[in-house]
Amino acid sequence: MSMRSIWRTLDPRLARDIGLVCLADGVVGISYGAISVGGGLPWWVPVLLSIVVFAGASQFLFVGIVAAAGSPIAAMIAGLLVNTRHVAFGLALSDEIGSGWRRWPGSHLMTDENVAFAIGQDDPRQRRAAYWAAGIGIFICWNLGTLVGSAAGSVIADTDVFGLDAAFPAVLLALVLPALRDRSTRTAALVGVVVALATTPFLPAGLPVLCALTGLLFYRAPVLEVAR
Amino acid sequence: MTGLLAAIAILAVGTFALRFAGPALRSRYEIPERVQGLLAAAAIVLLTALVATAALTDGTGSAGIARPAGVLVGGILAWRKAPFVLIVVAAAATAAGLRLLGVP
Repeated sequence: MSMRSIWRTLDPRLARDIGLVCLADGVVGISYGAISVGGGLPWWVPVLLSIVVFAGASQFLFVGIVAAAGSPIAAMIAGLLVNTRHVAFGLALSDEIGSGWRRWPGSHLMTDENVAFAIGQDDPRQRRAAYWAAGIGIFICWNLGTLVGSAAGSVIADTDVFGLDAAFPAVLLALVLPALRDRSTRTAALVGVVVALATTPFLPAGLPVLCALTGLLFYRAPVLEVAR
Repeated sequence: MTGLLAAIAILAVGTFALRFAGPALRSRYEIPERVQGLLAAAAIVLLTALVATAALTDGTGSAGIARPAGVLVGGILAWRKAPFVLIVVAAAATAAGLRLLGVP
């Protein structure tokens, strides 16, 4: 799908919502860059990570461990663990990501936010447009934010002051809420939440969310398909 | 410095491989419709768990009160089908406002 057809397809309201999340991601990118440089890392480390890794949670974790004089290997393993959920996202959204050469940029652009935006749409064309528009927008804003933050350094305070740490879970919640109307999906998700929260004190970051997949044991496929 | 660069390179390649694995597997194997439903549910389950852990926990401890309160306000507005912008701004404003009042 070309850039032009993404914009032509995208519903204006959806485009505005995506724009808002891109903006918020940019602000978080500024804080990420600033925290990294403030922690004593050279400016190019957060900048390079934002381009080649492009996965916020794992980047925060990576720079956090390295800045605290932890081993880069431990930081790398922690980052990979946090990103394992992308396998499941890719399995669910392969149509939106596309085939051929598009699969390469399409895979790299995968984030929690654009996956949630895609899942939140009913029409397959809107799903695809949402995935790509949010992916490209977030990539640009996240990288610009990182550049600004790492240049400004420790001048910038923590974005928790603006409540952005509450805005992101709320964004994801708003986007998955329609899918949770399905009773079977909701049961699986609620069991998953309980498992993830119960395991959080004992497991390294990333693993509790993966453990939530045990909730799928309570998922039943829609009756229509079973009867066929 | 070389160790750091190598760690970044492996994290980048590994993360890309994790993202690429899903679509690559789907294109290679025919997946029955029932399993496709399960895969869609898996993405929802992961995102919901992410919401819960991001809202309620920080590292291995608690996230305090302001953040969950903000997410709760956003969630209620989303449930009442409020505009997306309102959901996001209200969640952030609630958390920021509570912190301004000294709530952790």
